[in-house]
This record gives sequence, C-alpha cells and structure tokens, in this order.
Amino acid sequence: MHGYANPARFLRLAKLLTAPLLIGGGLLAVAVLAWALAAAPAERLQGDSVKILFVHVPTAWLAMGGWSAIAIASLSELVWRHPLAGVAARAVALPGAVFAALCLATGSLWGRPAWGTWWVWDGRLTSMLVLLFLYLAYIALADAATRDGQGQSRIPAIFGLVGAVNIPIIHYSVLWWNSLHQPPSITAGKSEMAAPFLIGLMASTLAFSLLFGGVVLARMRAILADTQAEARLRRRAMNAADV
Amino acid sequence: MSEGLNHWPFIVAAYALTVLATGGLVAWAVAAMRAAEARRERSRER
Repeated sequence: MHGYANPARFLRLAKLLTAPLLIGGGLLAVAVLAWALAAAPAERLQGDSVKILFVHVPTAWLAMGGWSAIAIASLSELVWRHPLAGVAARAVALPGAVFAALCLATGSLWGRPAWGTWWVWDGRLTSMLVLLFLYLAYIALADAATRDGQGQSRIPAIFGLVGAVNIPIIHYSVLWWNSLHQPPSITAGKSEMAAPFLIGLMASTLAFSLLFGGVVLARMRAILADTQAEARLRRRAMNAADV
Repeated sequence: MSEGLNHWPFIVAAYALTVLATGGLVAWAVAAMRAAEARRERSRER
C-alpha cells in the first residue's frame, strides 16, 4: 500500500483506471437496470416492487462501505501518516453521502407499496439517516480544514473513526430491534434469495461499485491537482516576496 | 404489500432518481477533475 504513497505513482495508476471504471460501470448499470425493469420476475409477496431491490441494496452497501473506507483511511492517516489516506477519505465522502441519500429515498419509495408507509422511525432507517448526517458533517469538517489551510488537520480523521461506530449498528439493527425492515437475506456464504434476484443484485452491485470507484479516483485526482496548483502558487508568491 | 396499489410509479421513480443522481455525480466529478487538472497545468506554465 505504501508503494502508492507517492502521489506521482498513484496518479499514473488513477489516470489509467478512472475512465475504464466509469465507462464499464455505466454500461453494466444500464444493462442490469434495463434487464431488471423489463425481465426481472415479480416476487410472490412483494410483487413488482421487488425490482427496487436492484437500486436500493447496492446504494445501501456502498454507503456503508464508503464510511468503512473513510474509517480505514482515517486510521492510516492517524497511525501511519499515509500521505494519500486523507485525500482518499475526503474523496469518498461526497459519493458516500449521495449513495446514503439514494438508499433512503429508494427505500422510502419501496416502503410505500411494500409496508404501506413512506417512513418509520425504527432502528435500520434511523441509523441510515444518521449515516447521511455523519457524511454531511464529515464533508463540512474536511472543507473547513482545507479552507483554513489545515489540509492535514486530524479532526476529520478522528471524526471518521468515531463515526464508524454507526456501521455495525446499521447492520445489526434489524436483529437487535423490532423492525418493518426485513433481516439480511444474504449472510456470509449463504443466501435466501432466488437465483435471478441474487445474480441481478450481484451485477448491479458490481456496476455501482465500479461507478463509485471511478468517482472516488476522479475526486482524488481533483483534490491532488488543486493541492499541487495551490502549493506552486504559494511558493511563487513567497519567492516574489523574498525578492 | 399494499393491495390494489400500482407499484410501477414507485419503481420508475426509484430508478429515475438513482440514474439521475448517479449520472449527475459522475458528470460533476469528471468536470471538477478536468477543471482542477487544467488549473494545475496553468500554474505550471506561469
């Protein structure tokens, strides 16, 4: 991992991967969503509304995975001072927030036909809403640190680690508390889903993961480019002041 | 399941929201990346 601590080496790899991830993810997403709308079977209890599964579950997994990535990057930043860890964490925050918001919105659109209500204040929905607020707070903290010229500030990293407490709460909420939300259908090595749903879900998760990865690389490239441009201008201004 | 409720408006809304938000996010991230990399190149030339 430390081989890619050098921004120049990382940028070479990122330039190679950004477009294939975005184009591959986009094409796969279009194919899977078209199949899901046109050909995915209805479910015995939930009817056609089960098609929302193919957008709701990947966005939920990626929102939770995004914060897990922020926590790991924050740990790397605080303990090993990995120079790209803070950049990676900042780059994940916005796509993570968008996917958390999408998870809540698509879940609400699924809840109305499946449960007869748009929203309930139960453990799963509330902890997912908390995750969205955590993302928004992280973005505000990271922006404030950058604006104040403290790009290496430890406050966003500490917040990223503390916020990770919410991830197991989201995961186990449906087991710990009574909920309208169903318990996990997929656990380690075991699935209660019929094959068409499982294969479609894996394909849509892969598609959205590729898009998520492409966006994170694009954000990292943008943050690094801004940092380099700003450092260059600052150096030039200091040289001019010395003369 | 809510009996007698047409599920399709909810399905279409969920898919449209996801496609628009994800597409918008990708377009914005690529545009911001290109703008930042152009700024870096300009700062190198000055």
